[in-house]
Amino acid sequence: MRYFIDLTTVLTQKELKVRYKNSFFGYLWSIAHPLAFAAVFFVAFKVIMRVQMEDYVLFLIAGLFPWQWFSNSAGISPHIFLGNASIIKKVNFERSAGVLAAVLNETIHFAVSIPVIVFFVYYYGRGAHASWLYGIPLLMLVQFMLTCGLALAVASVNLFFRDLERIAVITVSMLFYFTPVIYSLDMVPPQYRALVNLNPLAPLMASWRSLFMYGTLDAGLVALSAVYAAAALAGGYLVYRKLVWKFAEVL
Amino acid sequence: MSSAPIIFSGVGKTYPMYHHFTGGIKNFLFNLPEALRSLRSSRFEALRDVSFEVAKGETLGIVGGNGAGKSTLLGLAAGVLRPTTGAVKVSGRISPLLELGAGFHRDLTGLENIMLNGVLLGLTRAEVKERLAAIVEFSELGAFIDQPLRVYSNGMVARLGFSVAAHLDPDVMLIDEVLAVGDEEFQKKCLEKMREFKRKGVTMLFVSHSMPSVKLICDRVIWIADRRVHMSGAPAEVVRAYAGEGAGL
Ligand SMILES: Nc1ncnc2c1ncn2[C@@H]1O[C@H](COP(=O)(O)OP(=O)(O)OP(=O)(O)O)[C@@H](O)[C@H]1O
Ligand SMILES: [Mg+2]
Repeated sequence: MRYFIDLTTVLTQKELKVRYKNSFFGYLWSIAHPLAFAAVFFVAFKVIMRVQMEDYVLFLIAGLFPWQWFSNSAGISPHIFLGNASIIKKVNFERSAGVLAAVLNETIHFAVSIPVIVFFVYYYGRGAHASWLYGIPLLMLVQFMLTCGLALAVASVNLFFRDLERIAVITVSMLFYFTPVIYSLDMVPPQYRALVNLNPLAPLMASWRSLFMYGTLDAGLVALSAVYAAAALAGGYLVYRKLVWKFAEVL
Repeated sequence: MSSAPIIFSGVGKTYPMYHHFTGGIKNFLFNLPEALRSLRSSRFEALRDVSFEVAKGETLGIVGGNGAGKSTLLGLAAGVLRPTTGAVKVSGRISPLLELGAGFHRDLTGLENIMLNGVLLGLTRAEVKERLAAIVEFSELGAFIDQPLRVYSNGMVARLGFSVAAHLDPDVMLIDEVLAVGDEEFQKKCLEKMREFKRKGVTMLFVSHSMPSVKLICDRVIWIADRRVHMSGAPAEVVRAYAGEGAGL
């Protein structure tokens, strides 16, 4: 256990160091991306299409930052084992630590971007909420579990079926539009509303937004997110367990 | 029951031919057992019924042509591959001596890579820190230790790799064709270190195409050919037979 923690730590440090060594503005890049998207959606929906919604910029930012965390993690997951082929073929270390480290790295980037969200909350004349103290860690834990589970499965299966990487890219960008990030759940016609929550990201992203904007959490949505997260983690780990002993053969 | 640190009994290894796999992900996931069965039907046999033991402190050399199955054998001993038939038993801390740069990151410095590699090879962070000074000294990389690996030459990367591996306190050491790139002086140093390992009772599997090193280091040699142990015996004998075969071709 002690060793597993050390392994995860050095792998996470590696990811962080590599990212910051190679780019001057490492931190700025990780917030520039969601901010740029927020600007684009603002122009498209508020200025051009005139969607009626108060504080739409804040609304976008509160959803886009957590979404970015998810989509970045999904984007790197196909490469996690593939990129460590030489060492996986030689050494029998616990491979899941690589997935954990990659997702932790993205988690850290999300965590350090939270002040930017808070800045916009204040900018739009709202205050901090006491509920953030437990709400943010809770939702982070849920999203961390969900992401780890998916990343474990994608990283493992991608070794056997390399096309998965392309499929993952398309799926994530489609999923974005089926997730209430640029629109709210009540804008969805009532007959489809139940369908939206079949998307594991939907209740989670809606929860993030209501937490940042109003300081409230809907217990039902959080519970549903947690169920999805637990299922993803269990499923992802099972897939990984089933395939891990063949990694060295196919790399 | 034998208590040798390395025991291969009746080991066979076949590799699946994954490139035959055409069904698409949907079929793969929905008919997982069936898909796997169809994969099993087209397999490449790398080793068949290989049995040997290596006693504690013994160094076993493995020779054979390209594609004979030597690296496969080490993969089985390292536990990264599973035998298809038979059983592999290796006890104690295993340290694989890695091929050039495996597990290193080009953008990290020598020091950072020592930490990364040491932990990947099974040490805790505290254990790596304890050994850091000794590893750096052994590598003789001087000021380069604070430079990123991408400015290193091949031989320097190999030095760093060997230096980490040499300080792991392994019970079993697996060496696959890694000494070739170091300069003469460093090769001597590595051979010296390996003799030291032998004195300490470390058990070694040594794969090499360099017959002089095999004769120098090994206590016994097996020659893998046609998927099996073709010959096993004293280094001089096996090397002579193996080299003779090569000359005859
Ligand atoms: N992952 C793999 N998938 C399919 N076949 C493989 C795989 N790895 C090795 N093989 C095959 O198994 C055989 C043995 O390979 P191996 O790497 O063990 O040879 P080797 O004795 O180490 O050769 P060399 O001296 O060139 O290093 C080869 O024919 C190779 O093509
Ligand atoms: Mg080989």
